[in-house]
Amino acid sequence: MNPRVAQIKTQAETSLAEFFSARASTGAHEAARQKAVALFAEKGLPHRRVEAWHYTDLRNLMREAWPLAAPAAAKVAANDGLRVDIVDGACAGLPRALPAGLTIRALRDVLAKADAALIAQLFPEAGSHDSVVALNAGLARDGVVVETAAGVKIDTPIELAFTTGQGAPRSDMSRCLVIAGAGSSATIIETHASAARAQRNSALVCWLGEGAGVDHVFETTDASPELHVASLIVDVGARASFQSFGFIAHGDLLRRQCFIRQSGEYAKIGLRGVCLLKGKQHADTTLAIEHAVPQGESRELFKHIIMGEASGVYQGKVLVRPGAQKTDGGMKSQALLLSDDAAMYNKPELEIYADDVVCGHGATIGELDADQVFYLMSRGLPKARAEGVLIEAFAREAIEFVGNETARARFEETLSAWLEARS
Amino acid sequence: MAAVKETVERVKSVDVDAYKYGFSSDIASDKAPKGLNEDIVRFISAKKGEPAWLLEWRLDAYKRWLTMQEPNWAKVDYPAIDYQDLYYYSAPKSTPGPKSLDEIDPEILKMYDKLGIPLREREALLGIEGSGRRVAVDAVLDSVSVATTFKAELAKSGVIFCPISEAVHSHPELVKKYLGSVVPTTDNYFAALNSAVFSDGSFVYIPPGVRCPMELSTYFRINEQNTGQFERTLIIADKGSYVSYLEGCTAPKRDENQLHAAVVELIALDDSEIKYSTVQNWYPGDKDGKGGIFNFVTKRGDCRGARSKISWTQVETGSAITWKYPSCILRGDSSRGEFYSIAISNGRQQVDSGTKMLHLGKNTSSRVISKGIAAGRSDNTYRGRIFAHRKASGARNFTNCDSLLIGDACGAHTVPYIESRNPSAQFEHEATTSKISEDQLFYCMQRGLSGEEATALIVNGFVRDVLQQLPMEFAVEAQKLIAVSLEGSVG
Repeated sequence: MNPRVAQIKTQAETSLAEFFSARASTGAHEAARQKAVALFAEKGLPHRRVEAWHYTDLRNLMREAWPLAAPAAAKVAANDGLRVDIVDGACAGLPRALPAGLTIRALRDVLAKADAALIAQLFPEAGSHDSVVALNAGLARDGVVVETAAGVKIDTPIELAFTTGQGAPRSDMSRCLVIAGAGSSATIIETHASAARAQRNSALVCWLGEGAGVDHVFETTDASPELHVASLIVDVGARASFQSFGFIAHGDLLRRQCFIRQSGEYAKIGLRGVCLLKGKQHADTTLAIEHAVPQGESRELFKHIIMGEASGVYQGKVLVRPGAQKTDGGMKSQALLLSDDAAMYNKPELEIYADDVVCGHGATIGELDADQVFYLMSRGLPKARAEGVLIEAFAREAIEFVGNETARARFEETLSAWLEARS
Repeated sequence: MAAVKETVERVKSVDVDAYKYGFSSDIASDKAPKGLNEDIVRFISAKKGEPAWLLEWRLDAYKRWLTMQEPNWAKVDYPAIDYQDLYYYSAPKSTPGPKSLDEIDPEILKMYDKLGIPLREREALLGIEGSGRRVAVDAVLDSVSVATTFKAELAKSGVIFCPISEAVHSHPELVKKYLGSVVPTTDNYFAALNSAVFSDGSFVYIPPGVRCPMELSTYFRINEQNTGQFERTLIIADKGSYVSYLEGCTAPKRDENQLHAAVVELIALDDSEIKYSTVQNWYPGDKDGKGGIFNFVTKRGDCRGARSKISWTQVETGSAITWKYPSCILRGDSSRGEFYSIAISNGRQQVDSGTKMLHLGKNTSSRVISKGIAAGRSDNTYRGRIFAHRKASGARNFTNCDSLLIGDACGAHTVPYIESRNPSAQFEHEATTSKISEDQLFYCMQRGLSGEEATALIVNGFVRDVLQQLPMEFAVEAQKLIAVSLEGSVG
């Protein structure tokens, strides 16, 4: 049935609209902000009838919007290593020293300088219809801008650590920008925590110049925000390589959405991830990969392991634009359901307008194979251990792809602990 | 090589936008006034002399329809339909109801002859091209059924096969019990519209334990200008029975778009099996996208009984716009649903088709094989939903959907929804999109085939899985159709 419904603004939508109007003019990026405000006013929070949000009805799940976190003190701490702190959506700590060819600046400082080119790169989503990204564009005030000069290789991972201060429930919004110069390479590790109850809306925008390489890791921690929408918007230039791994084991409600555009020939895109869900957790990974020019390659591999009453969502769309010949796309999503009340929603999607392409996807949902469990038990492993071995092997198939060794070791550890807690 | 030769000859003999069945026949008809309102619903009901409950049912559907919105989620783009600019009822004047064949307007008989559908049993007895098999046919022209063959012989084994407008009178208890029980009036916009104004269609009932002695078939033809066809088919397979049902459709070439919004309901009780095959060849419009049928169809089967089976096979080559998702509700334990589809689009056709397999019972299984071929400037989308209910333990699904692109101006899309709420359900889905490999083409051409011959051969191989599921009579026709549909798309 599809009866006509008059859209009534929810309490959360009303509050968010108020946050918008309470915000003073921001100067340089006011035009982008106003556009976002208008989009949000029209669409409101996404709900079931918005195809891309079908399985995560945010309008229904987000009953109220917590007040925006107060602007942090202007003081920026000096951190060891390449660690950036983003507290309550504001840049609160920057590296003490930077290797040659790397610049990291607080976004608010960049905005104050009103560099038109940078501002254009900060809001590449013009034309997008996602109202959560619009919310971020309209309300985020700060974040960080990372730039690597052409040809520079940054060996130490750049860590973006998001958290909140202590106190009352709050929402925090931030936007970060990474500009990887031609032929440069860097690793960005994004970790999410919060000291107070939090609703987070974070966006990371990456531009990869010709031949650049960015290895991105998205990681939840045991203090993750209750509600988190993380958007990743990437433009991959010619011969560049963008790899992203999402490790999701915490957070009540997490939506990770990645909009990746291949704008140069011979570019490589790799998106992979593992989700370990239990209790009443809900994690949604939505990918939109756009091959706009020929000779692109994309690979996706996602593994969901779900127990309790948790639910997992995987939506992956590969769009091949007219003329994007010789595109090679491969997508795989696999889910293990370990309890009666677990649920998985899989929606791999292909939209293809060029004829000389090879694109495919595979999706499976099921429980552990009883024969495999029996095989291990017949060799003397107790049932729980036998299951653990199989689940671990299942997840490791994806974890293998994490380039950064420290991060990989951390994920393996979290996986073992998660499995331990299971039995 | 005979098949290939035939394919090539066909390809050569027809022009770019060749549509074999595009002729229109001059048949005097009796129409309801243009437009849609409560009076039209009453008019149709009165024309059929329907009982009061059915009129109420129609009016209720009409009222619900008024509150609904046309769905817009499908990947099809078409001009807005003016529902007031259509005739909702059109019947050949000479045959207010199906009569004996001798009384049928010879013009109608001529038309069916031209379509290759034998309505005279004497001729039909000869079988189709020497196969020795017989097919009982219900011929539906615009809004009414004009003839049903082999009724007497079918009645001997207890099989009821008649127009639904007749079944309302002869078997009201069955119609009342099952009509709308699979596709409720409020199911979707087009189903509601159909429920309000449906005019005719076939009714089939197979009694317990009976294996229907011949293939049943309905042939739909839209002839009149500016009419919509709203047929309704209801098939009930009682316990332990089996029926194979075929459906074919064509329409004349016309410059304006015509609406076809059908509803098909299948009910399979314990241990029964229904095999439903469609060769859909409505007029697809010309090469610039002018004219053609808007095919908005709701087809759903309900495996109500344990161990029942419903199998859909479709070859979709016609229609300007196709919006069609033959589905199975796997309610009975150990029931099985199958969906085999070949969807071919060329010119400016837009196809959004697929299936839904809803696993509700225990140990239910389903299999989906879909082959989409897009050529010209067409768009071809597979949209499917596989769902396991919390109680559907042991559910099993395998889905394979492949798309083939011929030419660089077309689009092929795959949108599967795979939803599992039961850990013991096992779902597998795979999809690929590619073009005909240069290697395969080269291999064939090296052995002396031309580019078109080689393509036809490879395409036939690509869709073989589905063609095998078609009853023999249809398989031959379908193969020819595939060649014609793809004509002009090679090179």
